[in-house]
Parts: sequence; structure tokens; C-alpha cells
Amino acid sequence: MVKVRLWGSLRQAADGRTEVEVEARTFKELLDRLGETYPGLAPQIARGVSLSLDGVIYREAWFTEIGPESEVVLMPYMTGG
Amino acid sequence: MKSIPVSTTINGDACEFLCAPDETLLDALRNRLGLTGAKEGCGTGDCGACSVTLNGRLVCSCLVLGVEAEGAEITTIEGMADGDELHPLQRHFIDHAALQCGVCTPGILVAAKALLEKNPEPSDEEVRYWLAGNLCRCTGYDKIIRAVQAAAAEMRGA
Amino acid sequence: MSLDEYRKREFKQVGQRVRRPDGVDKVTGRAMYGADATAPGMLVGRILRSPHAHARIRGIDTSAAEALKGVKAVLTGADLPAQEDDFIRDVQDNCMARDKALYDGHAVAAVAAVDAATARAALKLIKVDYEVLPHVTDVDVAIKPGAPVVQKGRSLENVPAGMSENVTSHCEFGHGDPAAGFARADHVVERHFRTAATHQGYIEPHAALASVTSDGKAELWCCTQGQFFVRTLCAAIMGMEASQLRVTASEIGGGFGGKTTVFIEPVALALSRKAGRPVKIVMTRDEVFRATGPTVHTSTDVKIGMTKDGRITAAEAHLRYSGGAFPCGTVDMGAQAAFAAYDLEHVRTYGWNVLTNRPKEAAYRAPGAPQSIYAVESVVDELCQHFGLDPIDVRLKNAARKGTKSSYGPTFPDIGLIATLEAAKKHPHYSAPLQPGQGRGISCGFWFNFGGNSCVSLNINTDGTVGVTEGNPDIGGSRASISLMAAEELGIEYDRVRTIVADTSSLGYNDVTDGSRVTFAVGLATIKAAREAVRVMCGRAAKIWGIDAEAVEWKDGAAVPAGPNAGKFPPMSLAEIAAVSFETGGPIAGHHEVNVDGAGVSFGVHIVDVEVDKETGQTTVLRYTVFQDAGKAVHPSYVEGQMQGGAVQGIGWALNEEYIYGADGRLQNPGFLDYRVPVASDLPMIDTVILEIPNPGHPYGVRGVGETGIVPPLAAISNAVSRSAGIRLSELPMSPPRVLKALGG
Repeated sequence: MVKVRLWGSLRQAADGRTEVEVEARTFKELLDRLGETYPGLAPQIARGVSLSLDGVIYREAWFTEIGPESEVVLMPYMTGG
Repeated sequence: MKSIPVSTTINGDACEFLCAPDETLLDALRNRLGLTGAKEGCGTGDCGACSVTLNGRLVCSCLVLGVEAEGAEITTIEGMADGDELHPLQRHFIDHAALQCGVCTPGILVAAKALLEKNPEPSDEEVRYWLAGNLCRCTGYDKIIRAVQAAAAEMRGA
Repeated sequence: MSLDEYRKREFKQVGQRVRRPDGVDKVTGRAMYGADATAPGMLVGRILRSPHAHARIRGIDTSAAEALKGVKAVLTGADLPAQEDDFIRDVQDNCMARDKALYDGHAVAAVAAVDAATARAALKLIKVDYEVLPHVTDVDVAIKPGAPVVQKGRSLENVPAGMSENVTSHCEFGHGDPAAGFARADHVVERHFRTAATHQGYIEPHAALASVTSDGKAELWCCTQGQFFVRTLCAAIMGMEASQLRVTASEIGGGFGGKTTVFIEPVALALSRKAGRPVKIVMTRDEVFRATGPTVHTSTDVKIGMTKDGRITAAEAHLRYSGGAFPCGTVDMGAQAAFAAYDLEHVRTYGWNVLTNRPKEAAYRAPGAPQSIYAVESVVDELCQHFGLDPIDVRLKNAARKGTKSSYGPTFPDIGLIATLEAAKKHPHYSAPLQPGQGRGISCGFWFNFGGNSCVSLNINTDGTVGVTEGNPDIGGSRASISLMAAEELGIEYDRVRTIVADTSSLGYNDVTDGSRVTFAVGLATIKAAREAVRVMCGRAAKIWGIDAEAVEWKDGAAVPAGPNAGKFPPMSLAEIAAVSFETGGPIAGHHEVNVDGAGVSFGVHIVDVEVDKETGQTTVLRYTVFQDAGKAVHPSYVEGQMQGGAVQGIGWALNEEYIYGADGRLQNPGFLDYRVPVASDLPMIDTVILEIPNPGHPYGVRGVGETGIVPPLAAISNAVSRSAGIRLSELPMSPPRVLKALGG
């Protein structure tokens, strides 16, 4: 199981929790499981999310491997100037 | 409106062109003569990207009519280098990284050359006030001032 | 992907202040910018814009314009297809209004004619039947229930019920229990701030030359930060296949985020398709101000609690951003960045995006961060003043560091904030004496930095030179940086490498030049492409020598036999291998395509001295020093240039620049005379100190440097003004009238 930290405004879509656990070995699996387990998160996932893995931000990269001890944080998809 | 023939000298060469009575010198240079080194950043004389000299005087070519060039001597950025030898200002702008996007650079070079012809040894403050009519959004002006001073020093033989 | 980890090394090329490859073209006037292109039979395109802030378009009569001699095409929103995707529809509707004009300057129709005079005359003949609607241009008004609604039905599911329909999204970040943290504070400061919308202010107006032919193919030449993204947007709007539309990026006269989308490009294409001839559109400066750019304008509340020895116990921010008439996600980034510089146990940020009748926001250097960090750094400074504490010491005490759980969630890896603060503290500027009436301010700044999709093709020419093809417009010297990294990796001199920027048909997809990504991400792809070419060259040398490829190393620009074969053959240089490439298997190249991750966040600290003239309210910047972590400065002069340019844009934002709307909802200052960007005589030299704390996610340690520099000036100058004049302003810009008012004059 991977612990995923959500940002505050996603809490309402995840039964009021800011940290959820899903079974996933990659980012793609993680996003799929999140959307299945918490359908309220699906619109945000569809709009785009970034993921931070052990402090490094990934904007896409489905096949990035996640270890059971990895720190995973969901973030809005980011753009710059 | 009927076009008017204009006879002028540009960068030392005799030049004739036709232009509409309400056409700016900048448009004539860019659209009729292919001299696109002068840029239109505002069209209102605020940014200096279209700077050229007209009879030795620094002007915004967007505020001059093409017909006013009749009988005049005009210099533009295209006439600054001597063949393939860059003017010291041009060289120092490259060496001092005094340009980033480079779109204001032709106007600033023309303006800086006009300054150094009047005042070969300007203070930093004099350079800054002289170039206050030439906007640069990339550099913060720091490297531009340094490049102008380095060129001025070289031109003085220092 | 696995990150290509940084390894310490001695650099031979990287770090040199070389001449940029486009330098001579740019100092001789030969460089071709957006407006400099022409095509045979080219028409002039011009756009009619709404004079109303908010109006329903009941009808547009174009018959008189179409009948005018010399007019070859007239276009309205009805000529463009209906779009299902929200994002594409917003971009398209911003380029050409459909049912409603949503802001002063919104495009409503366009013409293509044989010359500019005819095009202008044709615009005057277009009759638009407007039903003027109530408008709202201020974020604090628009957020109230009952305010005129800019667009209906645009609120996301995360917006709490009961808010104005103008509120399109809500976000919340942070951790801990701020209420408990505030209870532990010795002093709590809560303040309200506002920042004006500013424009990127690039000197080159948008320009596009489009040529659509009757067989459905199209060429587009334009000034953009991302030709591939332009192709994506224009292909969707035109209903074209990507392969049929080739977009070439001209030299670009500044962008700063403002040229990351399209405004006139689809209009030029649609006019060209209708007219059957090439069409060029060049914006006037008035159009640039009214219809492109600006940043969000903001209203924020920040509350911070501190103990008397300077430890922050809790922090909270409420951010209300408006990105104009279309939904915009900039507040998400402002909310995440707000407290990034601090190691906090209890922190919370809340953000709302609000629609107003203003132009659609475009990204501007670290989008969203300057506004929120300005508010935070102002309150931190006020707390330092309250307790009589040194502002750098307080920041050091609370600074985010490796292992800090950031205010936006992730735990920080190696970051450079403490080193940057320490460099600022020991710099002579910080201890230099001040004259009476002068004040010194500091502020931290932060930006995430991004990677992204990058393709590089690197060709070894038979004469031993190297051509690098990449796909990101060079906005401030990146071709030089890319060449330096290629030369470093290949072990050859910089001047043997030439880097060019490809059009969309010559290379795979490249993300926009944004997010401070190019030197980092394109640089990484370049290094990988060079390594691929080296692998091929080692293979060729091995074949020539009749040994295994694995027994060949690349060293100082040459293949060298290694292991048991060491010394058996003389090294073969890149040029020697290239010279016989036709005989040894054919041309040699390396290429690399990747979506890069692993960008390293960047922190900066600025110190500024100012003097406020109490008679006029004018603030003069006397001395300025920028400290920033570049990871590795590939071309130090252009790194300094980014730091200086960002600082000066921030100075303009702090002191002068603002979008001013009248009660009629129209922009009052759409020109450089009244929208005053800093000029040379406003400024001192901008000193720079580059720190190099390597980014572990890049082989050379590179971080992005482009954006962080605009963040600190806003608060640094406000903090300095506070110490110079004894007044703390809470609204930007701190223009002379506002300063005078605060002084009670």
C-alpha cells in the first residue's frame, strides 16, 4: 500500500481525509486506483495533476515506480511562465 | 491617397522610394526598403525600438513621416558595422551579454552611438538618462550600461 | 524515468562566458522577428475589438466591409468551429468572441485586405450590434454574491455553495492546526493586501504570418515561446491535422510567459484560408495591452504568528486571484508557493479564482508566486520590526531545508535557501551604512521550476563540427547554453557546435519555453543525445581498431582504447572519426526524446536600499543585490541577466506598473507612456551573486533560473519603504500618489 497525501480541497472528495492508501506500484496505477476508490477525485485527475515522489515533482510519467516507503504527494498540474 | 516620391540618403547610399503622405519613416524603411532592423514596439515614441538618426539627430522613426526624409541623411542599425567589421558598441554588446531577446538592441545601439558622438566620456548617469527613451524589458539595463561604457573606453583609446 | 543523477565534475566548457551564436544577427538588425517576415501576395490582417467591458453580441453586419474594394476576407466568431473541450474553447473564444464580448479589447471581427489603410477602413464598416451588460473589473467586487456574472456555469465542483458564480475554483493547501499554532505565538499580525495586474511588457508586439493553401496545408511564422503548442492550439481551432500545419518560431522579442498561448495566430490562419492568400497580423501596442498578457490581480489576507525569539508558530493565507474573463489556475500556484520558504508546523493557504471583465490572464514569470509571497514576506518583516529582530536571522531560523515538509506537501530534497540567506547576510551590501531617510529591505523568493517534453537531434558533421537541433525558442541566450553543454559532453570546443531552433515539422514535440525549463530539460536531452553520439563514435573506433566497442572510452573529445587494449592505438578524435564516417557505416548522430522530470526548486534572496521622497512620494532604488541558487550556471552572464531582468520587472511591479480600469470598465493606460515600465534612469546597477547548489536531478546540477528573480522585489521594496518612510503599504504598486496618501500628504 502507498500512502498518498492530498491537498486540502480534495479532502471532501476523499471521505474527509488528507492522506489515503491505495495499492499501486506506479503513478498510473496510483491514479487509476485513486479515481476508482474515490470517484470524487476523478474530475481533478482528469483535469491534470502533478505528483511529488520523495520531494521531486513529476508532471506526467505514468510508469514511475513507487516504493512502499515512498512519500507521494498529489499536486495540481503546474504550468510556468 | 497618392504616393509621393522621396529622395534621401540611407547609410551613405542614395535612395529613392515612394510613400503615402501619412506613412511613417519606420514603415517606409521596413516595408518599402526592407530595412527591418528598426522595430515597432509602440508606434507612439515611447519605447525607442525604432531609433534612427535623421541628419545626425536621434529620432523615433515611428514619429517621423516618410516624406520628411526628403533630402535628408538617415542612418539605421544596418549601417552601423563597417562591412563585416562590427562597431565597438556592437562587439561589446555581444561580449557583455547586453542583449537577451535582442529586439530593443538595434534602437539602443543607434541611440548609444549618437550619445558617444556627442559625449565620448559619459558618466553612468548620463548614459542612463540618454537611454531612458529606449525600453529594454529583459536585461534590467545593467549589462547595457557596462557595454556602452566599455565601448566608449575603447573608442577613446583608453 | 529514473533521474539522471548529478555527479560532481570539472567543467571545461560549461561556465564559460562565450559569445552567443545569434549575437551578430541581433546587433546588426539582421535577426528576423515576428513582424519581419513577408510572403508573396501577402495581405494585411487587422482585428476589430470591443469597446465595451461586457456586452452581448446580438449580430455583426460585415456586408459593407466585404464590399469594400481591396478587402479579401472578413472573419467573425461564427466562422470558427464549436469546440467541446473547455480549454480549447476558452483559447478560441479569447482569440475571437462568440456570443459575448467579455472585456474591453476583446476581438469581435477581423479583416484581410491588400494594405493597412484598406484594412483599417474595412474595420470601420463592420457594424456590431451590442447589448451592453453590467460589468465587473475588481476581484473583491466580483467575488460578492450579486456581482455581475462574467460567464455562467464555469465553477468547478470544488467551489463551496453560496458563492458568486464568478468563483470558478477553490484550493486549499497546508498541514497542522493553525489555530493551535497562533495560540502559542507571542504576537500575531494579520494584514490585507492587493496587487495590481501587470503586463509582461515584452517590447515586440505579437506578430503572425499565415499561409493556408487550397490543398489544406498551412505555414505559420510567428513570435512565440512554443511553436509546438501553437500548432496544437491552431490545429484544434482550424480543424487541421498537426502534420499539415508547420509552425516556425521567429526570433522572439521577449515573452516572460505572455507568448505561451495564441491570440492572433488562429485569426491569421482563418483569414488566410478564407482569402486564399498569405495574411500577416501585427498587433499594435494598444492591442497588446488591451487583449494579451496580463497577470492576475489579487486580494489577499495573510496571518502569521511568531514567538518573541523569532520562531513562526503558524501561518495562514487567503488568496483571491482574478485572471480575467476566463477560468485560470494561477491561484493554485500562488497558494502552494506562498510559504514555501518556511519550515512550518502549522500552515494553511486557501485560494479562489474569480472571473472579472478583464483580458484572459497569460503566464508571467513565476505565475502566481510574486503576489502571495509579497504578502507573506511583508507580514514576516512587520513581525521582525515588532520584535526588533534581524530579518535575515528570522528567515534563517525558520528557513525550509532538506527534510522540511513543505507548505505545499512534498518533503524538500537538497535546496539552497539557507546557503542563499547566509550569502546575503555576509555580503557587504547587508552591512553597508545607510544615510538618514534611506531604508533597506529583504525578501525571499521561490519558484518550482519545471522539466517537460524535450527533443534534441545532434549531428556530427564530417568536418568535425556539430549541429544541435532543438525545439525551444531562444529567449535569452539558450542556444549558447545548449551548445556549451553539447561541447562539454563531447569534449570539444564551444565554437565547433552550432545550435538551431527547429520548426514543428523538423523535430518531435517540445513543451513551451516556460517554467525555467529550457537549460535544465533541453540541456538534459542534449547531454543524452551527445552520449548517444559518443556511443556510436566509440563503436566506429572499435571497428577500425578491431576491438570490442566496450573496450573503448571517450575522453577529452576522442575515442581511446581502454582496459587490456589501453595504449595499443592512438586516440581517435571526434573529427578523425567524423572524417571517415561514410566509410565506417554512415553519418553519425545522436538524438534523445524525453519528458523530463526532476527539476529542482529555486530560492532567491534580494536586498534593496531605497529612499522615499516625502514631498513627491517617489521611491528611488539606490542599491540592489540579487542572490540566487542556479544549481550550475551554464553561461554565467545569461544567468546574471535572468536575475537582473527578473529583479527589474519586480521593481516595476512594486513601484509603477498597474492596469488601471475606469468606471466604464475600459483600460485607461494601454501604452508605455501611462503604463510605465522601468527605464534606465530609474535604476542602479543590479548586483548578482550566483550560488551553485547542484540539482540532484540533472547530470550537471542545473536548476532553472528564469523565474525566481521576479518574486522577491515586491516585498523587498515594500519592506525597504517601510524602513525608509515609516509607512507600511499594503497595495501595489507603491506609486507616488499611494505613497503620498500613506504619508498623510
